[in-house]
Amino acid sequence: MKQKRLGRQTVVFDAPPRIVAGATIVGDMEGAGPLGGYFDLILEDDTWGEDTWEKAERKMFEQAVRRALERCAMQPAEIDLLLGGDLLNQIITANFAARELAIPFLGLYGACSTMAESLLLGSMLIDGGYAGHVACAATSHFSTAERQYRFPLEMGGQTTPTAQRTVTGAGSSLLVEAGYAGGAQFRHIFVTGGTIGRVVDLGITDANNMGAAMAPAAADTLAAHLREQSRAVSDYDMIVTGDLGSFGSEMFNELCRDKGIDLSDRHRDCGNMIFDPAQKVDCGGSGCGCSAVTLNAFLLRRMEEGDFTRMLFMATGALMSPTAGMQGDSIPGIAHAVVIERR
Amino acid sequence: MGGKRQKTAQEQRYQQRVNEKMPRSKTVSQCARAFIAGGLICCIGQAVRVFGETTLHLDAEGVAALTAIVMVFLGATLTGLGVYDKIGTWAGAGSIVPITGFANSIVSPAMEFKREGLILGTAAKMFTIAGPVLVYGIGASVIVGLIACLLAK
Amino acid sequence: MDWMDFFWAFVIGGAICVVGQLLMSLTRLTPARILVLFVTLGVVLTAFGLYEPLVELAGAGATVPLTGFGYALGKGAMEGAMENGVIGAFTGGITATAGGVAAAIVFGYLNAVIFTPRTKK
Repeated sequence: MKQKRLGRQTVVFDAPPRIVAGATIVGDMEGAGPLGGYFDLILEDDTWGEDTWEKAERKMFEQAVRRALERCAMQPAEIDLLLGGDLLNQIITANFAARELAIPFLGLYGACSTMAESLLLGSMLIDGGYAGHVACAATSHFSTAERQYRFPLEMGGQTTPTAQRTVTGAGSSLLVEAGYAGGAQFRHIFVTGGTIGRVVDLGITDANNMGAAMAPAAADTLAAHLREQSRAVSDYDMIVTGDLGSFGSEMFNELCRDKGIDLSDRHRDCGNMIFDPAQKVDCGGSGCGCSAVTLNAFLLRRMEEGDFTRMLFMATGALMSPTAGMQGDSIPGIAHAVVIERR
Repeated sequence: MGGKRQKTAQEQRYQQRVNEKMPRSKTVSQCARAFIAGGLICCIGQAVRVFGETTLHLDAEGVAALTAIVMVFLGATLTGLGVYDKIGTWAGAGSIVPITGFANSIVSPAMEFKREGLILGTAAKMFTIAGPVLVYGIGASVIVGLIACLLAK
Repeated sequence: MDWMDFFWAFVIGGAICVVGQLLMSLTRLTPARILVLFVTLGVVLTAFGLYEPLVELAGAGATVPLTGFGYALGKGAMEGAMENGVIGAFTGGITATAGGVAAAIVFGYLNAVIFTPRTKK
């Protein structure tokens, strides 16, 4: 059997699974941003006609998965496994959407790294022969996140300069086995491997500075990946992080330099791409939805069109809770990396 | 593992770098805005006081109560209309420190958690921020009162 | 109408807010902790007789900020203690501020029932 593991954290696939579709649903602020033209559906009203934002977020998750399936003329009944998660307690968004979709479901919590986590796990299960068609999805919603993690929406207060805005967005990818011959939105996109991240914590306690809290995990995973895969940054057209934001990206670059990794100009961050500076979003976008929609709407389409050939999609998550924060704990981070190639 | 973790040297160095490099809020301009907003809100309160004294002929206690009630009403209504948070973004502490800010901190969670019901949502969450203020404020007043009793004897 | 009253209300009220702003910008105190600090400070300053002169000078400039709420609490408690002893110490503060607290509860509830929060931009 060909080698499937490189070192402790990195996996490579014999028969790389394909990403055949990517669907996205976003809120109006995201729709008004630089990637506006790429999203499948932009919601004018972020309650999408539902009574609560939580119910709207579930609808977004469910509909993003359904749209991805429609692109390949597939029904939920043909999907073997649904992998996904969100930011809310008990991942209720994913749970309730999975109820509607009735697909065998493994819920995941990786905070904002969930999209990468689900793609990586889904690919491993396909390459291992445990599933043929896997739907991966992640969502976040500005209002539900504010309610749970921060302050009521009508409360007068100011954001700090390092604060990020939770993206209202749902992104879903459809993964299939290498021998798949059915309908597809993307014909050239393969997941060839990835690196499972470790939880890294350098003691940042400021919940308004998530970028700085997650940057160490991103640097740790990137270093492990390049070392175990025996590659350099130059072997990738892009190293894309999920939501480090502008300040987090700065710290990420520094930490990489400390480890002898020069990112030159190959680093991109979804949090920096999704909003325009004119939208006054301090340090950029965040949330599971940030990397999920940027990947599925923009990055995969550009890759399919041939703009680039190999990217490392590394979504980062801040694994904290308001309770832990009040008890004085710092914010641990994690980053999962997925190698996505065009063939 | 209990208690606070010991910071390693690596952690300390990283935190130091983060503190040095993080973008800072513009404190001076923010203080100017807080000054103006807070001052204006207090002037509105002063107008209410004058009205209470001269037109309604209330005694000192009545004027104090009237001012509190009117300012709370203003803060609550502006919060309900969705305007107070916009004022807050500009004014910072100028909108938090006056009693209108106290009203905002009560109304905003009450509105927010209405979706979880009027009893366990609205009525319970109303005091998430105001609760501590009342606990410590009333608590301190009782202590002061008791000390005043002791000193009077 | 004495315009000097308004001048002092503006200046003192604004200054107290600036203190709050400095705490917010330079330390990592959240609004909730700042409100608690200010109300307690108001009670303590009143106990030492330091807040009364500010109220005389600035009127609403001293009573509208949350330190003024502490002033009402402290003054009420001390007067209650003088009139009714220990019982008065307990009842004095809360009685003096009853109007504001009841208003907060009533208007808070009404606004919550009538209005719905909107997503911030």
